[in-house]
Amino acid sequence: MNPSHPASGSAAAPAHGAVDPHFSHHVRRYLYVFYALLFGTLITVGASFIPWGNREVNIAVALAIAIAKASLVGGYFMHLISERKMVYTILAFTAFFFIGLMFLILWSFGDFPRFTVKH
Amino acid sequence: MDIPYTVEARPDTGLYNAKVGIWLFLASEVMLFGALFSSYILLRVGAREGYWPHGWLNVPVGTANTIVLITSSITTVMAWASCKMGQFGKFKFYHACTLCLALTFVGIKSYEYHDKFTHYELPLIDGKFADGHLVENKLRYENKAWSGYIVLKGHKVEDRRELYDLHTHKDAKHEEMKIEAAQIKGLDASGVWRFSYGPWHNTYTAIYFTLTGLHALHVIGGAIVIGFLWGPLARLWQRDPERFTNRIEISGLFWHFVDLVWIFLFPVLYLL
Repeated sequence: MNPSHPASGSAAAPAHGAVDPHFSHHVRRYLYVFYALLFGTLITVGASFIPWGNREVNIAVALAIAIAKASLVGGYFMHLISERKMVYTILAFTAFFFIGLMFLILWSFGDFPRFTVKH
Repeated sequence: MDIPYTVEARPDTGLYNAKVGIWLFLASEVMLFGALFSSYILLRVGAREGYWPHGWLNVPVGTANTIVLITSSITTVMAWASCKMGQFGKFKFYHACTLCLALTFVGIKSYEYHDKFTHYELPLIDGKFADGHLVENKLRYENKAWSGYIVLKGHKVEDRRELYDLHTHKDAKHEEMKIEAAQIKGLDASGVWRFSYGPWHNTYTAIYFTLTGLHALHVIGGAIVIGFLWGPLARLWQRDPERFTNRIEISGLFWHFVDLVWIFLFPVLYLL
């Protein structure tokens, strides 16, 4: 964990008018993330119009960009790159159940009762 | 009695209490949206060949809304950073921007919803389908029978599947069509509204309205909280700036989560 990160521990605000030098650095980083998110949005739209051959590739590309954008939002705007262990523990449980939910859907595709009419 | 650990970190968690609370709440939100996303996957994969819509939503409008929400995320994080730097004036400015952007997002979403509710697909007695946006509705229900007419701007198709992939039917010529009540198949007492592209239209519109509606409720809820912190609760800054800053961080975490959900909703619903 980065102890200098703004989200580390309690959020202690400096006295009125005082400027934390660490923050101008962080603010610049937030702006870069913002530009990256805008760029990612344009790439997502552009890539959706490229004829990749089949729709599965379009889906994979769009989701890959969405995951990259979500990582930027989670990592920097939500400070997950330098959080306390407790937050990671909560998220680990969430990820476990979320992945479980998605796998249940995948498994259900192969589980049809006999005589099911498939279109 | 003072509420403990609103500013200082609790020794066992290493965090102030509200932060543990918001992350637990966001975990439950992940599962809520996850359940709806999995429903989307089931509906999409289970759809018959050629019956899953493509190109039904306006991509430039959706892109604009995505940019609006991303911009609101940076203004949110800048509002919090301003608090951390002790610049209350800048905090007020950035969060005023966040509120304006939230209203813009909801406004654009309302426009999109209106577009769907005024879009009709009428089955006709000759077996064709009239598809288009409402221009004039002069249908009347008297003595248990419909009379009058409806005017749509759109086109007619022989096969309903032609309406599902609009990417392949971009060149369809749209013109005004006057359709008499007697020409509409299955027009019962409930009226013509059930032929609109509302949530009842098909499974795609059902999941579209459910996902985006729930997301829009989150935007509205988040905007109310941010507005409350920006307005009446801003007095706390004078009394306890650290606690106020923490509140801004908590509301910001929720707002970024709302942005994060939209990052997935946009390509899934608009582009794929």
